[in-house]
Amino acid sequence: MHSFTYVRPQSLEEASTFLSEHREQARILAGGTDLLVQIQSSSVTPDYIVDIKHIPELNVLSFDETGGLRIGAAVPCFKIWNHHEIAHLYPGLIDAVQLIGGTQIQGRATLGGNVANASPAADTIPSLIVHGAICDVIGRQGIRSIAVQDICIGPGQNALAPDEFLLRFQIKPPSIGFGAHYLRFIPRNEMDIAVASAGASLVLNPDDQTVQYARIAIGAVAPTPLLVIAAGESLIGQPLTNESIDRAARLAAQAAQPITDIRGTISQRKHLAAVLTRRALVKAQERALQSLKGASH
Amino acid sequence: MTEKTPTLDTASESKYRIIGKRVDRYDAADKVTGQAVYGADVHPSNLLYGKVLRSPHAHARILSIDTSAAEALEGVHAVITGADLPSVSDRIVDLGETATSLRYQSDNILAKDKALYFGHAIAAVSATQPYIAEEAVSLIKVEYEILPPVLDVRKAMRPDSTLLHDDIFTDELGQKSTQASNVASHIRHAQGDVEAGFRQADVIIEHEFETTMVHQGYIEPHNATAIYNPSGQITIWCSTQGSFGVRSQTSDVLDVPISSVHVIPTEIGGGFGGKNSIYLEPLAVLLSKKSNNRPVKLTMTRAESLAATGPTSGSYIRVKLGADANGHLTAAKLYLAYEAGAFPGSPVGSAAGSMISEYRISNVLIDGYDVVVNKPRTEAYRAPGTSNAVFAVETVVDELCEKLGMDPIAFRLLNAAKEGDRRPDGPTHPRIGFIETLQAAQSHDHYQTPLDGKYRGRGVACGYWGNWGGRSSVSASMNADGTISLITGSIDLSGTRTTTAMQLAETLGIDLEDIVPQVADTNSVSNTEGTYGSRTTFATGWAAHKLGCKLIDAVKERAALLWDIPVDTVDYEDGCIFSKANRLTFKDISKYLDETGGPLMVSATSFEGGHGPSATTHIVDVEVDPDTGKVDILRYTAIQDVGKAIHPDFVEGQIQGGVVQGIGWALNEGYFYNDEGQLLNANFLDYRMPTFLDVPMIEAVLVEVSNPRHPYGVRGVGEVPIVPPPAAVANAIHDAIGVRLTALPMSPARVLEAVWEQTPSAYLG
Ligand SMILES: Cc1cc2nc3c(=O)[nH]c(=O)nc-3n(C[C@H](O)[C@H](O)[C@H](O)COP(=O)(O)OP(=O)(O)OC[C@H]3O[C@@H](n4cnc5c(N)ncnc54)[C@H](O)[C@@H]3O)c2cc1C
Repeated sequence: MHSFTYVRPQSLEEASTFLSEHREQARILAGGTDLLVQIQSSSVTPDYIVDIKHIPELNVLSFDETGGLRIGAAVPCFKIWNHHEIAHLYPGLIDAVQLIGGTQIQGRATLGGNVANASPAADTIPSLIVHGAICDVIGRQGIRSIAVQDICIGPGQNALAPDEFLLRFQIKPPSIGFGAHYLRFIPRNEMDIAVASAGASLVLNPDDQTVQYARIAIGAVAPTPLLVIAAGESLIGQPLTNESIDRAARLAAQAAQPITDIRGTISQRKHLAAVLTRRALVKAQERALQSLKGASH
Repeated sequence: MTEKTPTLDTASESKYRIIGKRVDRYDAADKVTGQAVYGADVHPSNLLYGKVLRSPHAHARILSIDTSAAEALEGVHAVITGADLPSVSDRIVDLGETATSLRYQSDNILAKDKALYFGHAIAAVSATQPYIAEEAVSLIKVEYEILPPVLDVRKAMRPDSTLLHDDIFTDELGQKSTQASNVASHIRHAQGDVEAGFRQADVIIEHEFETTMVHQGYIEPHNATAIYNPSGQITIWCSTQGSFGVRSQTSDVLDVPISSVHVIPTEIGGGFGGKNSIYLEPLAVLLSKKSNNRPVKLTMTRAESLAATGPTSGSYIRVKLGADANGHLTAAKLYLAYEAGAFPGSPVGSAAGSMISEYRISNVLIDGYDVVVNKPRTEAYRAPGTSNAVFAVETVVDELCEKLGMDPIAFRLLNAAKEGDRRPDGPTHPRIGFIETLQAAQSHDHYQTPLDGKYRGRGVACGYWGNWGGRSSVSASMNADGTISLITGSIDLSGTRTTTAMQLAETLGIDLEDIVPQVADTNSVSNTEGTYGSRTTFATGWAAHKLGCKLIDAVKERAALLWDIPVDTVDYEDGCIFSKANRLTFKDISKYLDETGGPLMVSATSFEGGHGPSATTHIVDVEVDPDTGKVDILRYTAIQDVGKAIHPDFVEGQIQGGVVQGIGWALNEGYFYNDEGQLLNANFLDYRMPTFLDVPMIEAVLVEVSNPRHPYGVRGVGEVPIVPPPAAVANAIHDAIGVRLTALPMSPARVLEAVWEQTPSAYLG
């Protein structure tokens, strides 16, 4: 194991100054549930680890009707699912947040770490994508916003410059008729990495329940989690039927570019991309219908 | 001989005072509070830390090793390579459940001219800190000539295959062949005339099967701490199933007198057969010797444990069974090719002796091959070699039942072996309880309750295992308060301190609280075989019973002296010594020891034979998700002939543990090598053992068909429960979705492929 120096900046400014001075030698530490494992196995060998958990802006967790949801990049998963209003409004996000590891891991693991780590199998990324999440990134040049689907550029690689880090995620308030779901397939019932995963979100028309908006994202079937625009668009204006859901599911499978590795085969993953998309859509529909029902009361 | 009728409810039996009770185990409090001392807790002063350099290649010639940079690193005390091990002869050494040539054992501990598997130890260092040792290892430069890896057992058997060793000549049914080969031996068991048997058959089923290497997956990785003192005395602390095995193997490999090796076993965090052989012990000793006699500790990581300590064989198996229209088995032809790993010694022999032994078949031909491949040397794993072989046999039996339209239990009852029947490999069955397990299964609520629901299925499979007896030693000293210190050489993996003490207490008629059992080191008790072969409660328990008889004789003598009467007028019953005029409790005699000759100490050994084989019947219900290939275990019942359950909790624990490991083997466990022979899943994330969420409560049904050859009727119980699960699950999957899987593990990907083959339109990709 490589030895390193631990630093704990107290402000955004302090953190970005340190990062721009040390760039590639420094690694950000949030919950450490990926980073510490990587350091221990010597797959990364930073000279500095920069703990960003003590910067106030990274710990924001709030919702309001106009601004929507804001989650600081260093907020641990358990705080998200423990927040009743957020859990009620975004069950499709909670699906993902509650899948990561187990209770102990969720006490530490963050959205920022999950996204920045850029694993093709990261559970929160497809869910964030279908929620249309935007991420604010801060660096020496100031703050810029990136859509979550644009953050991962390859396995373990993200689009941030060496002096940049993730500040917070923002998601719009859910519209009436909105529903989302995320699920993954693992061979066991817990403590595993997705062989394939899928997230879906929908907005149903209050009048005829046709699809006004749909987004589908799949995970662990390509070098990065994928937003499959064609699959979502195929549903727009359509009623949700077995046929339309199947068509979208097959479009998702077609977009998948999986590999065969220790966790799965190409054909298994393509097939699962379709199966999971179908299941994600069915559950998203159920939630969307509940939202419509809630609004009509 | 009057046979005891099997009882299902041990609690109701009142013949014994202590045996059969669910008493607290002696080691429980220490283990749940973290006080128990494991190998990693041993910290002699001046301790140095060792680390092993391992081969990144599956097959490579070692051209040179340059250790100079490692030696120059500050904090490094010693570096050793294969050249530091003495050259040893070719004689066969006992590894507990397996045996090997001493030279192979030495070569496995440190490679000499060739690295034979990914993870093969090449060199080792000692340093003041673990991280320095790690860095030192990375500074060792090894020049390799990479050779083509031999990874597939059938390819390895071809005459034109690359050879691992140029000095292995197939032992062909006892004759050495003249051409070097990867096939170390070919064994055969033949009875009757199989071809004639198949001519009598109305239904014949034949299938080929493939299974992958799996690991025991004990929670505590191998470790060893050793001191080589200047006079040549060696002390080793380690986690092992057999301290005497560590002593003899270390003495063999290092070519030092056995009396110079003192092994102190620590508590053990699981073994399942994987902790019989030594790996680290000679390295720690040599490093200590080269480090000015400072103690050196070596501890494997999980990755090292998976990559470089014995898993059990992957295999290629063919099974052909014939039965007549009435359901009688007429012939069995079995072919087994087992991966031994890098050195000969797979469990193909024990597989051949147990895979079909619970059935009565007149015509049997079993051919078994022990084949070296560039993978870690295999070691015993719970009923070595049998689960994968039974997966094959019981799948074919299930299909026979299907074709004959017979109930799987009725079919097995018709063909079940019993006392006096001959096993295909020669021995005649003593009293066994296979039929009783089938009867209990037939009437069990699980079998009687219909299984409803789509994609759900039920499977039945059986298993047999011979068990082992062997050598055990115990001693007892009476303390001033009349309690007994009981010393055993048997490593306690599963509560055997307690079951040994229970048998002693039962014999003596005293309270269990009056016995304090302890597992001793190799200088404190006589030779005791390792805790393997389901032998300890049987054999060490037998020694404890003999010890009790000797103690009774001893206290009777003391009482005779005290009362000044002839010893034959003294009697003993229910913990009391008495004559016509006198009476003392067993404990009371402690007050009179000095008057009757001083301290009281007795020892006993056992080497009796007479171990009773185990048979078992398992029933499992599964639900298959045909869209994802995932198999969920809904209900599992294991009905086993356990002889006499000395401590029913422990027996149930053995059965549940064996079943869970068997479910892992069935569904997701398996070594995953790339084409270069590198192990890609040497961690518990991708080597998928079941978690608690993956198994239901396993119901263990104890059928007690007493072993007439043991004082308390004990049979081994620990191994046979792992035998049927892969077959039972496969049969249940077939019942659920109509596909037969013939490869282990039956992972979701494999289930899906079988579904797609059956229904191509099910593929959505
Ligand atoms: C037992 C176990 C189970 C797990 N199970 C799952 C699972 O089911 N699903 C899953 O998706 N993952 C799982 N993981 C992986 C891990 O827990 C998640 O990816 C987690 O979300 C990472 O968050 P973290 O805060 O711990 O990240 P860290 O380990 O602190 O950081 C991860 C990476 O992101 C970088 N980073 C962190 N924060 C920022 C930031 N604000 N800006 C820029 N870079 C940043 C770090 O430098 C590092 O490279 C598991 C891990 C373990 C140990």
